[in-house]
Amino acid sequence: MSPDTANSYRMGPDERGHFGLYGGRYVAETLMPLIREVGAAYEEAKNDSAFHEEMGRFHKHYTGRPSPLYCAERLTAHLGGAKIYFKRDELNHTGSHKINNCLGQILLARRMGKTRIIAETGAGQHGVAAATVCARFDLPCTVYMGSVDIDRQAPNVFRMRLLGAEVRAVESGSRTLKDALNEALRDWVANVHDTFYIIGTAAGPAPYPEMVRDFQCIIGDEVRTQITEAEGRLPDTVVACIGGGSNAIGLFHPFLDDPDVRIVGVEAAGHGLESGEHAASLTGGSPGVLHGNRTYLLQNDDGQITDAHSISAGLDYPGIGPEHAWLKDVGRAEYVSATDAEALEAFQLCARLEGIIPALEPAHALAWVIRAAPELPRDHILVMNLCGRGDKDVFSVGDALGIAL
Amino acid sequence: MSRIAARFSALREGGRAAFMPFVSGGDPDFDTSLAVLRRLRDAGADLLEIGVSFTDPMADGPTIQAGGARALAAGMTTKRVLDLVRAYRAEDDKMPIVLMGYFNPIYRYGAERFATDAKAAGVDGLITVDLPPEEEDELRGPVERAGLDIVRLVAPTTDEDRLPLVLERASGFVYYVSIAGITGTRSPTMADVEFAVGRLRRFTDLPVAVGFGINTAEQAGAVARVADGAVVGSALVREIGAGGPDMLDRVGALARELAGGVAGARA
Repeated sequence: MSPDTANSYRMGPDERGHFGLYGGRYVAETLMPLIREVGAAYEEAKNDSAFHEEMGRFHKHYTGRPSPLYCAERLTAHLGGAKIYFKRDELNHTGSHKINNCLGQILLARRMGKTRIIAETGAGQHGVAAATVCARFDLPCTVYMGSVDIDRQAPNVFRMRLLGAEVRAVESGSRTLKDALNEALRDWVANVHDTFYIIGTAAGPAPYPEMVRDFQCIIGDEVRTQITEAEGRLPDTVVACIGGGSNAIGLFHPFLDDPDVRIVGVEAAGHGLESGEHAASLTGGSPGVLHGNRTYLLQNDDGQITDAHSISAGLDYPGIGPEHAWLKDVGRAEYVSATDAEALEAFQLCARLEGIIPALEPAHALAWVIRAAPELPRDHILVMNLCGRGDKDVFSVGDALGIAL
Repeated sequence: MSRIAARFSALREGGRAAFMPFVSGGDPDFDTSLAVLRRLRDAGADLLEIGVSFTDPMADGPTIQAGGARALAAGMTTKRVLDLVRAYRAEDDKMPIVLMGYFNPIYRYGAERFATDAKAAGVDGLITVDLPPEEEDELRGPVERAGLDIVRLVAPTTDEDRLPLVLERASGFVYYVSIAGITGTRSPTMADVEFAVGRLRRFTDLPVAVGFGINTAEQAGAVARVADGAVVGSALVREIGAGGPDMLDRVGALARELAGGVAGARA
C-alpha cells in the first residue's frame, strides 16, 4: 500500500523506497546491486530480535540511553506560555543523536561482513559518532569532510583523528557537506565489495531514509513513555530542528498517527529566506533529485544545486530527508524556519536560564519555541528535541558575537 | 533507422568498432566547445557523447568534474547544451549524438519538454547516469514518444539476475562501465572487459560500447577488438582543461591517435 492511501502516516516507504513522490534510488548502476544488498540485509536485521537486543545493550551501557526528558521550568516561566520539555539527546555519548544511527548501521555492517567504513560529515558530529563506533568495533574508518568545514570545525577533526579515523578533505564543488556526500559515494562506487557507507542523515538512496529513521525513532519512542509518566498524556506539540532531518524524523515518526499532536520542523533560515542565503530546502526550495533520492532541494532554474548557508554547519545542507518532503506535501507536519540571529539569541538564553549550552542546530528549534510558546496556554505541553550539545560551537558563536576566544 | 543504429550497422559491415569521444558541452565555453566537436569529427569520431553539466556529478572523477565546472562557469545550462547540439547538427546531419548527464537538470527542465526539445535539436540518445531502470518511468514515456534512444549503463557489479531488467528496454547501444569506480581513475584489464562483453552479448543484440578508464590509443584498440565501441572522456577533457593557444590542435591530435587505435584494432 502506498503511503498516500494508507490510513496511517507510518507505513512508508513503499517497496521501492518511495514516500509518495519522494525518496527512491537514484544512483549509478554500479551502486544499484550494492544498495539493494544493504536493503535486503536491513530487512533481515529488522526482523531479528538478536539484532535489536545487541543494539539495546549498547544504547544502555555505551550511549547512555534513555536520555532524560527534562522540564525546562525557568524557560517556561520566562516565556510565560506553554510548558516546555527538552528531550536531552545532547547527553548521549559523543554529544548528539548521531550515535543512535551510527550504532545501528555499524551493527548492520558487521552482519554483512563489511571490513571498512566510510562516512561524510558537515559539522563533524556524525563523523565523530561514526569514528567512535568504528573504534569500538575495530573497523577502519574514512570520513569525508569539505575543506571549508574542516577549517571551521577543527576540534571535531581532531576528535575524529584521536578516535583513529582518517579525515579526507574534499576540495570539489563548494567544499562543504554536499560535496563530502558526493565524495563518499564516489569512494563507495570504487570499493563496493568491502565497504559500508554510514550515511549520517535520513536521506540518500533507499533504504537509508527508512533505516536511519528507524534507528532514530528511539527518541520519539522514549518521549512517548516519558511524557506519559510525567504528565499522564501525550504532548500537544513536538518540535525539532531540520538539516537532513534525522533527529526530527526520529522524534516525529512515533507521533505521526496521533492527530492531536502538532508536529513542527524548524529549518535554518540563515540570513533570512528572502536573502537567498539560507538552508531551508522545504520552505525555500523545490523538488529535485540529488544524492540518491527525490526531495526538496535548493537549486536554480537549471536544476543546478545552490549553496546552503547557515551559522550551524550541521544544518548547512541544500537537501532534506524525503519523508519530510512527503510530510510537508500531505500536511501532517509543519515546516518553519529560524534565522542565524534568532538561533544565536536562543543559544544564549538557554545557557543563561537552564544551564545548558545547546548546539546551534537545536538552537534553531528553540528559536521557534521562543516565538511560539508565549502565545500558547500554560497547559500546552511542548517537547523539543535538544539533539546536540554546544561545546563544539563556542568558537563560532564567539566569532558571531565579536568575541575573540 | 536512427542515426545511432545506422552508424553501428555501417561500422559492423566495415568490420570495425566505433570511436566515441566524450566532452562536456560548453567546456570551456560555447564557441570553443563547438570547435572541439568539429575537431573530434574531423579526427574520426563515430559518435559524439556530450556531457550536460551538473553541480554534483557523483559518478565522475576529478577531470570530468572540472570540465563540467568550467562549462557551468561559462554560463552553460541544459538549454545551452541543446543550442550547442543544434549548432553542430546544422553542419553535420549524420553524426549520432548522445547526451550524458544526471537526472535533476532534466527533471527541472521538465521531462516531456526536454525530450521534445532534445529531439528537435538533433539529439539521438540519452544516458542518464543516476536514473536506473527502477526509476525511469517518468522519463521513459516522453523519450520514447520523442523517438530518442535510452542508452543503459551496465557495471561490473550488475549480476545476471539484474541484467534482464537493465537491458529490457535499452536501445541504441549498451554502455559497459568497465571498472567499479568513477570516470578517469583506474583502467580495466582487457581480460575482464572481454569476459564482460562476452557475457553481455548473451543477453542483448544491441551494440556494446565500453568506457571509463580508457586513456590511450592502445587501450582503445584493445577494447575495439572485443566491443562495438570505445568511449574516451577524461583523456580528452584533460587536454581541454590544460588550455593554451594550441588546445584545439592537441585535442584533435589526441583524437586522431585514439581513432586510429580503434580503426586499426581488427586489422
